[in-house]
Amino acid sequence: MLLESIAFLLGTTLMYATPLIYTSLGGTISENSGVVNIGLEGIMFMGAFIGAAIGYYTHSGWIGFLAAGVVGGLFGLLHAVACISFTADQVVSGIAINFLGPGFALLLSRLMFDGAAMTLPLPLDEKISRPLNGLFPQNSFFDVILNRYSTVYLAFFLVLVVWFVLYKTKLGLRIRSVGEHPEAAATLGIDVYKIRYMSVIASGVFAGFGGAAVSVAIVSQFRITLISGQGFIALAAMIFGKWKPQGAMWACLLFGFAQAIVVFMPRTGIEVSSQLLSMLPYILTLILLVVFVGKSVAPSADGKIYEKN
Amino acid sequence: MNNYDFDQIAVEMKGITQKFGSLVANDNIDLTVHKGEVHALLGENGAGKTTLVNSLYGLYHPTSGDIFINGEKVVMDTPNVAIGHGIGMVHQHFMLIKPFTVVENIILGKETHKHGVLDMERATKEVMELSERYGLTIDPTACIQDITVGMQQRVEILKTLYRGADILILDEPTAVLTPQEILDLIKIINNLTDQGKTIIIITHKLKEIKDVADFCTIIRRGKKIDTVKVADVSESDLASMMVGREVSFKVDKEESEPGDIVLEVNDLHVKDNRDIPAVEGLSLKVRRGEILGIAGVDGNGQNELVDALTGIRKAESGEVLVNGNNILGLNPRGILDHKVSTIPQDRQKRGLVLEYSIAENIIIENYKKAPFSRKGWLNFPAIREYARKLVKEFDVRPDDENYISGSLSGGNQQKVIIAREISNNPDLLIAVQPTRGLDVGAIEYVHKALVAQRDKGKAVLLISLELDEVINVSDRIGVIYEGKIVGEVKAEGADENEIGLMMAGGSNS
Ligand SMILES: Nc1ncnc2c1ncn2[C@@H]1O[C@H](COP(=O)(O)OP(=O)(O)OP(=O)(O)O)[C@@H](O)[C@H]1O
Ligand SMILES: [Mg+2]
Repeated sequence: MLLESIAFLLGTTLMYATPLIYTSLGGTISENSGVVNIGLEGIMFMGAFIGAAIGYYTHSGWIGFLAAGVVGGLFGLLHAVACISFTADQVVSGIAINFLGPGFALLLSRLMFDGAAMTLPLPLDEKISRPLNGLFPQNSFFDVILNRYSTVYLAFFLVLVVWFVLYKTKLGLRIRSVGEHPEAAATLGIDVYKIRYMSVIASGVFAGFGGAAVSVAIVSQFRITLISGQGFIALAAMIFGKWKPQGAMWACLLFGFAQAIVVFMPRTGIEVSSQLLSMLPYILTLILLVVFVGKSVAPSADGKIYEKN
Repeated sequence: MNNYDFDQIAVEMKGITQKFGSLVANDNIDLTVHKGEVHALLGENGAGKTTLVNSLYGLYHPTSGDIFINGEKVVMDTPNVAIGHGIGMVHQHFMLIKPFTVVENIILGKETHKHGVLDMERATKEVMELSERYGLTIDPTACIQDITVGMQQRVEILKTLYRGADILILDEPTAVLTPQEILDLIKIINNLTDQGKTIIIITHKLKEIKDVADFCTIIRRGKKIDTVKVADVSESDLASMMVGREVSFKVDKEESEPGDIVLEVNDLHVKDNRDIPAVEGLSLKVRRGEILGIAGVDGNGQNELVDALTGIRKAESGEVLVNGNNILGLNPRGILDHKVSTIPQDRQKRGLVLEYSIAENIIIENYKKAPFSRKGWLNFPAIREYARKLVKEFDVRPDDENYISGSLSGGNQQKVIIAREISNNPDLLIAVQPTRGLDVGAIEYVHKALVAQRDKGKAVLLISLELDEVINVSDRIGVIYEGKIVGEVKAEGADENEIGLMMAGGSNS
C-alpha cells in the first residue's frame, strides 16, 4: 500500500512536471539572453490547442506536438519583434501575448470544431506513445512510475540539451553574454539582436511543446481550462531554479509533486476540501517566489531594453 | 615610448565631425598616429575624446570625416570592421561580463571551438601564452567579479590582443587604478610598443602623459587645439593648452581654524561583503572648519568606513556622532537629515540614476521638500529653475538641465553630484575619490569647492587613494591601515615618504 502510494505520487509527479519543464526551459533560454517572456502562458495555451487540433486532423499526436512548437515559435517571433526590434516593454508585450494566445486559440477552435470551445478527442492510439509499455508487469512499482508518454522522456532529455548548449557551446556563451551585458557583447562584434531573436523564438517553441504535452499526452483533447497558470508556474520554477535548466527542472518536479498530492489526497480518504487542495501548486508558487525572488540573481540585463547605436 | 616609425602612419583621422542633435561633440578633428607610437589624447571632461575614439572603433558613425588605417580608407560601420583592421579598445567603463571567467570574457565573440562546442583547454592555453608574452598577469579561471580592477583591466587588454590588435585604444585606463597598478600598466604599455603595437591613450593625468606618451593631441570643446611632441612641453604647458587658461596645481588655502567637533567616530567595527572585519576599531574626529584627509592603500577599510558612515552598511559596533547625535543604525535618509552629504566613490552606481535628467538627479535627495514638491506633487518649473542655476554655477556641460545624466561625460556626471551635495549645505561633507576621472581644470575646481566648504565653517572628510590630493587639500591627514587609523600628521609640510611608510604598515617612529 505504501509502495503503491509512493509509486503513484512519483509517477504523477513526472506526468505533471513535464509540461512545466518544457515551458520553463523556454523561459530559461529567453531570459538568459536578456528578454523576459511572460507570454509563455498564452503560448502554452495556443500550443495546447494546436497540438490537439492538428493531432486530431492528421491522426498523429506527434505531428500535433511539432505543429504546436512551430506555432509557439511564431508567437515567440511576435514577442521578439515587439521587444527587440521595436524596443517595446517586455512585460507589456508578454501580457498582450497572454491575451492573444487564448483568444486566437478559441477563435480557431470555434471555426474548426463547429463552434465548440474544445477539440474532438484523439483516439488512444493516435496520442503520443508510451514506449516502455509492457516492459514492466502492469501496475508494478516501476510500471506506475516509469511507464510514461514519450514527451516525458523527451522533456528530461531536452533539459540536458539546453544545459549543454548554454554552458558548453559557443552559442550558449553568446546567449548568456547578451543577457548579462549586451553592450559588452556588441563591442566584441556579437549581433545582440540576432542572438536574442533566436532565443525568444526558441522560448516560444518550448512553450508550444509544453502546451501540447498536456493536450496530446496527459489528456487527449484541448479544453479552455486545460492551461490555467502552468505557464506562470513554469516561470516561477525558472526563477526558483536560478535561471538554470537543471534548477528549473528540479523546481518543476517540486510543482509536479504538489499537483500529484492534489490528485492523491482524495484517494487516501482523508477529508480535505478539494478547492483548498487545488490551490496547493499556486500557493507553493507564491511562497517560493516571495522567499526566493530577492535572493536569486537574474541575468543582469534581463528585461532591460537594449538599443543599437 | 620612442618606438615609433615616422614613415608609417597607423591611424589617420581626417576632418571628423560628430553631432548629437544640436551638440557638436567632435568638430573637424584631425589625428595622425604613427606605427609604434604612444599617442595621448588630452582634453577637459566632455571635450569629445571618448566620442572620437568610439568613431575609430566603429561604435559611433561620424557625421562627416574619413578614417585611414595603414593608409587604407576604412568605413568603420561596426566594431567588427575595426577589429578586422587590427584595432582594439579598452573602454572607459569596462566591458566585462561579471559572472564569466577571465578566459570566457577574453574569447567571447572569437571562441575556440570544435563544431560549436567550446574548447576551453585550448582557449586557456592561447590566452596564457599571450599573457606571458606581454607580461599581463591574470588568473584564467577566476570570475571577473572576484578579481581586482587592475586585473580586470589586464583582461580588457588581453581581449584586444587575442583578437590580434595592433592598434590599442585605452580610454582613461588609469582612472580606476591604484598608484601601484598604474606603474604596472606603464610597464605593460612599454612592453606593447616594444613589440610593435601602436597605442592611443586617453588620460587626465599629465604626469602619465609625460611618462609614457610620444605625442599628445589636445582637444578643447570638440575642437583640436594642437598635436605636440611630449618631450618638448611641460605639464603646465599641457594644462593651459587644454583648459585655455593657466591652471594652478597647488591648492591655495589659509591656515585652518578648527571649531567644534562635527564628526566623532569611536572604536568602529565594520565587516565587508565576505563577512571579514574590514574596519577594526577605527576612531577619528573632524572639526568645523577643517579638512581631514584619509590616506591609505586601497582595500584597507576605506569603502566599508564610508558605507557605515552613510548608512549603507551595518556596523558591528562602535559609535558615530554627528554634532553629538549618534547616527549609527540610521538609514541613509536619516543620516542626510543630520546634515551629512556624501560624494560617493562610484558615481554611476551610487551617485546618479543614469536614466534620470540632470534636474531630477539634483533634487533626488530633496524632492519631498518645498518648493520642489507640494502635497506630493512635483513642481517641475521650480525643479528646473533650481537645477538650471546649479548647472550654470558648477559649469556642467552641456548646460541643459533636461539632459539625461547617463549621456554626460564622466567628469560632468561628477560635477552634477558635487553640485547636489554641496548645495545641500551640509555640516559634514564626506568626499570619496572626488576627482576620479576629472580633468585638471575640474580637479582644481573640486579642490577649491572643498576648501570653500571648510572656510564656511563646515567639516570635510576627504578619502582618496591619491596621496598628492590628500596632502594638497587636507589640513590634517589620518593614515588608514588594516581598518585602523595608524597615524596622524599635519598636512602642512607633510613628508610623503613618512606617510607612504605608514600606508604600507610601517611604524610611525
Ligand atoms: N551617445 C551620446 N548621445 C548624446 N550625447 C553624447 C553621447 N556621447 C557623448 N555625448 C556628449 O558628447 C560630449 C563629449 O563626450 P565624451 O564622452 O566624448 O567626452 P570625454 O572627452 O570623453 O570626457 P571625459 O573625460 O569626461 O570622459 C559630451 O557633452 C557628452 O555629453
Ligand atoms: Mg571619456
